[in-house]
Amino acid sequence: MHQLTIAELVKGLRNKDFSSVEVTQHYLDRIARLDKVYNSYITTTPALALAQASAADKRLAAGNTPALCGVPIAHKDIFCTMGVRTSCASKMLDNFIAPYNATIVENYLDSGVVMLGKTNMDEFAMGSSNETSYYGPVKNPWATDCVPGGSSGGSAAAVAAHLAPAATASDTGGSIRQPAAHCGLTGIKPTYGRVSRWGMIAFASSLDQAGILSRTAEDAAILLNDMASYDTKDSTSVERDVPNYTATLNDSLKGLRIGVPKEYFGEGLNPETAAHVEAAIKVYESLGATIHSISLPHTNLSVPAYYVIAPAECSANLSRLDGVRYGHRCENPKDLNDLYMRSRSEGFGDEVKRRILVGAYALSAGYYDAYYSKAQKVRRLIKQDFVDAFQSVDVILGPTSPSPAFQFGSKSKDPVAMYLEDIYTIATNLAGLPGLSIPCGFVENKPVGLQLIGNFFAEAQLLNAAHQFQQATNFHQQTAPGIE
Amino acid sequence: MQWETVIGLEVHVQLATKTKIFSGASTAFGAEPNTQACAVDLALPGTLPVANEQAFRYATMFGLAVNAEIGKRSVFERKNYFYPDLPKGYQTTQLAEPIVGPGFVDLELGEGRTKRVRIHHAHLEEDAGKSLHEDFAGMSGIDLNRAGTPLIEVVTEPDMRSAEEAVAFAKKLHSIVTSLEICDGEMSQGSMRFDVNISVRPKGQEKLGTRTETKNLNSFKFMEEAIALEVERQIDVLEDGGKIKQETRLYNGDTKKARSMRSKEDSNDYRYFPCPDLLPVIIDDEYIESVRKQMPELPEAKRARFVEQYGLSDYDAGQITMDKFAAAYFEAATKISGEAKLTANWIMADLGAYLNRTEQRIDQSPVTPELLSGLVVRIKDGTLSSKIAKQVFEAITNGEGDADTIIETKGLKQVSDTGALEKIIDDILAANTAQVEGYRAAAEDKRAKMLGFFVGQAMKASKGQANPQALNELLVKKLNG
Repeated sequence: MHQLTIAELVKGLRNKDFSSVEVTQHYLDRIARLDKVYNSYITTTPALALAQASAADKRLAAGNTPALCGVPIAHKDIFCTMGVRTSCASKMLDNFIAPYNATIVENYLDSGVVMLGKTNMDEFAMGSSNETSYYGPVKNPWATDCVPGGSSGGSAAAVAAHLAPAATASDTGGSIRQPAAHCGLTGIKPTYGRVSRWGMIAFASSLDQAGILSRTAEDAAILLNDMASYDTKDSTSVERDVPNYTATLNDSLKGLRIGVPKEYFGEGLNPETAAHVEAAIKVYESLGATIHSISLPHTNLSVPAYYVIAPAECSANLSRLDGVRYGHRCENPKDLNDLYMRSRSEGFGDEVKRRILVGAYALSAGYYDAYYSKAQKVRRLIKQDFVDAFQSVDVILGPTSPSPAFQFGSKSKDPVAMYLEDIYTIATNLAGLPGLSIPCGFVENKPVGLQLIGNFFAEAQLLNAAHQFQQATNFHQQTAPGIE
Repeated sequence: MQWETVIGLEVHVQLATKTKIFSGASTAFGAEPNTQACAVDLALPGTLPVANEQAFRYATMFGLAVNAEIGKRSVFERKNYFYPDLPKGYQTTQLAEPIVGPGFVDLELGEGRTKRVRIHHAHLEEDAGKSLHEDFAGMSGIDLNRAGTPLIEVVTEPDMRSAEEAVAFAKKLHSIVTSLEICDGEMSQGSMRFDVNISVRPKGQEKLGTRTETKNLNSFKFMEEAIALEVERQIDVLEDGGKIKQETRLYNGDTKKARSMRSKEDSNDYRYFPCPDLLPVIIDDEYIESVRKQMPELPEAKRARFVEQYGLSDYDAGQITMDKFAAAYFEAATKISGEAKLTANWIMADLGAYLNRTEQRIDQSPVTPELLSGLVVRIKDGTLSSKIAKQVFEAITNGEGDADTIIETKGLKQVSDTGALEKIIDDILAANTAQVEGYRAAAEDKRAKMLGFFVGQAMKASKGQANPQALNELLVKKLNG
């Protein structure tokens, strides 16, 4: 049953091949039995899941239910879930039970989706390896000595190890697409503003966007139909109709103009990864797409700009975690300053502290113009690169990540090396564009990700292009070794 | 040496919106602690702000009322600092692109003196919560009901030269925001709070002296006292050869003392940057015009109307329209009595004194416009002398009923009836033959003075109820005859 895609589960539940309670119980059993190896969940919610499944079965029996009714998924632990611990993988929020649901959680509840639990991640989504979690690292099901990528490493590992049919995730600089690449999954980060941020714990507000990790593009399309919404509780949410993303999956790619930026194939790209991406381009050509060499000239500035803007925003976003109202508070504070200093020193891990310090520095008097203002100018240039490129192409194609999943500890002592993991994904967040990663081959038996970047609100086109690729290839059907 | 005082104000005005500036929680004053703080106000993880349109409308009204440019694009920024009553660890405020740009307010200072105070800008921001330091045995409590209440902070240029001017500005501002009904004006509840920047310099010197800021004054009286005290302190320091330290000070209205709170060196680097959760707000001319059309009448326009429509003197109209409740009272009472001038006089004199003495607001006065106009009508028609009218007014304040009832039950009707008056006069003249002789023998120019004796006697005999004019006429006639 755990080999079924979301599309197949939807069909099976409708056909009464199995009940939601049966599917849910099956997954709960697998998690209990197998997740010791991967550590992909921080919290599982078996009782709640079965109650939701049972309610979904009643709705299914009554008929006329939303497509996803009864389908179990996992939520990244960055999304607030009412009555359930929402930790963001931080000691700071280890004791935080959210009193409300994130909008996307609410959307899925309305559809009758069952929550299996909350997945592991880098602390406050800050990391590219899932090594910064307070709850320990997550192992890549394809190679357990390697990282699953981050920050949505738990969501990726859970789906790759068939401990969830799909999972929600979030992407600030590549946190959906890079783990998707490393774990052989489909991962989509929608356009900024397409999915509500209400209830998603903020890392960098102008970059954060919720999305999906799934096994196929079709599954991503089904799940995005319910995740996307205009939300009056989020001022950056865009009032725009949500198309039916599954309706256009089978459209022909004939005449699709694909741009390949030369800057995405330079120094630092693993040659074998490059070869798989080149091969993928051939697949697209065979599907009728035309390939165009393009330039995104400010690509090399995206990592430095990102590592000013994201830390600057996070330095303010994380100020509310002060030990006063909720979250970790130090023992016996002797005065207010002591309360702040020790609560935050004890509650936050090293990477979070590093980014808060970098951000506070970049915003401080005398440095603001040199760092924050300049980074914002660079951001506009990067966005303009894409706007210009989309004048002549429909989709931009390149690698998701410079190389396959790396071993634990190999980059965690070198922040810059770690930050370069996201060199191809970060620009998309800075521009606010949708991006997607799909498997396109293997290097040393580890998956390689192909990235597609679309124009604003062109998620349907991206999913169509991804689905067509998956109709022509079988990389996405491969299962990690040892997964029954 | 002659010193000149230089004052600039920063005024926090709480806007009278029903809900908070970035959340749907109520802004009502006086609820149990933390009962009006929702997830956004508590800054729970994952919550997001959504700007309250009404706050923009009110701020725009204010901008129009102070002749200011309206910021077509205004941007919220985060002002970062840690304090327990600031749940997010930053205050959402405006800095580089505020909603209200430069403007001005004209003051009248009496004796025909006027003063223009320039407004540097006014910006929208959220209020913080309150720290409660009593009742928690060595700990502090936090009440977040106030957190997120919308404020406009009005920043003036350093244009004021005395406490008198500063207080006149503060009162004018109070009158503007209450007339616009964008602030309830309840100073004791913190609805308006003043930070006063004060410096002194030798008269004639252009360069400004080092300033101090006295924060959080919440009454006109405290403001006046605090300015006087600080000006005196600064002059003392300078005359003793010392230097003024740039610092923030606190004034205690109970002890009448001020102290330094923090010096400039301790001040925070607030690390302002545009709030990524809130998009820039764009306001167009159409919006501004729709706000302009909705604006209630401002004190200055009302004053001109009162001169025009009711024939009040400019001064009286200015006094009455300073307080929108007084203006409304005046219009209601005048509508009934048809007597504008007399009504204005009573509002400014006897009613004003009574309300002051009993610490009551005119809109809650037990002497209603109906009761006052009842009195005014009886003065006008000659039933009451002005002296007796004061007695009747006092009886009205004691709840003894309306003017007619009191006149009836106390028999206070003015005696104008010639027959009755003649009788009184005849008795007086008969009883005082010597004085009558003296009067008749006196030269014409001495007589007026001597008449007073007879008037006094006759008034006394009528228990004050004689119509003075009629009495006078009859007396002269009889004495001369």
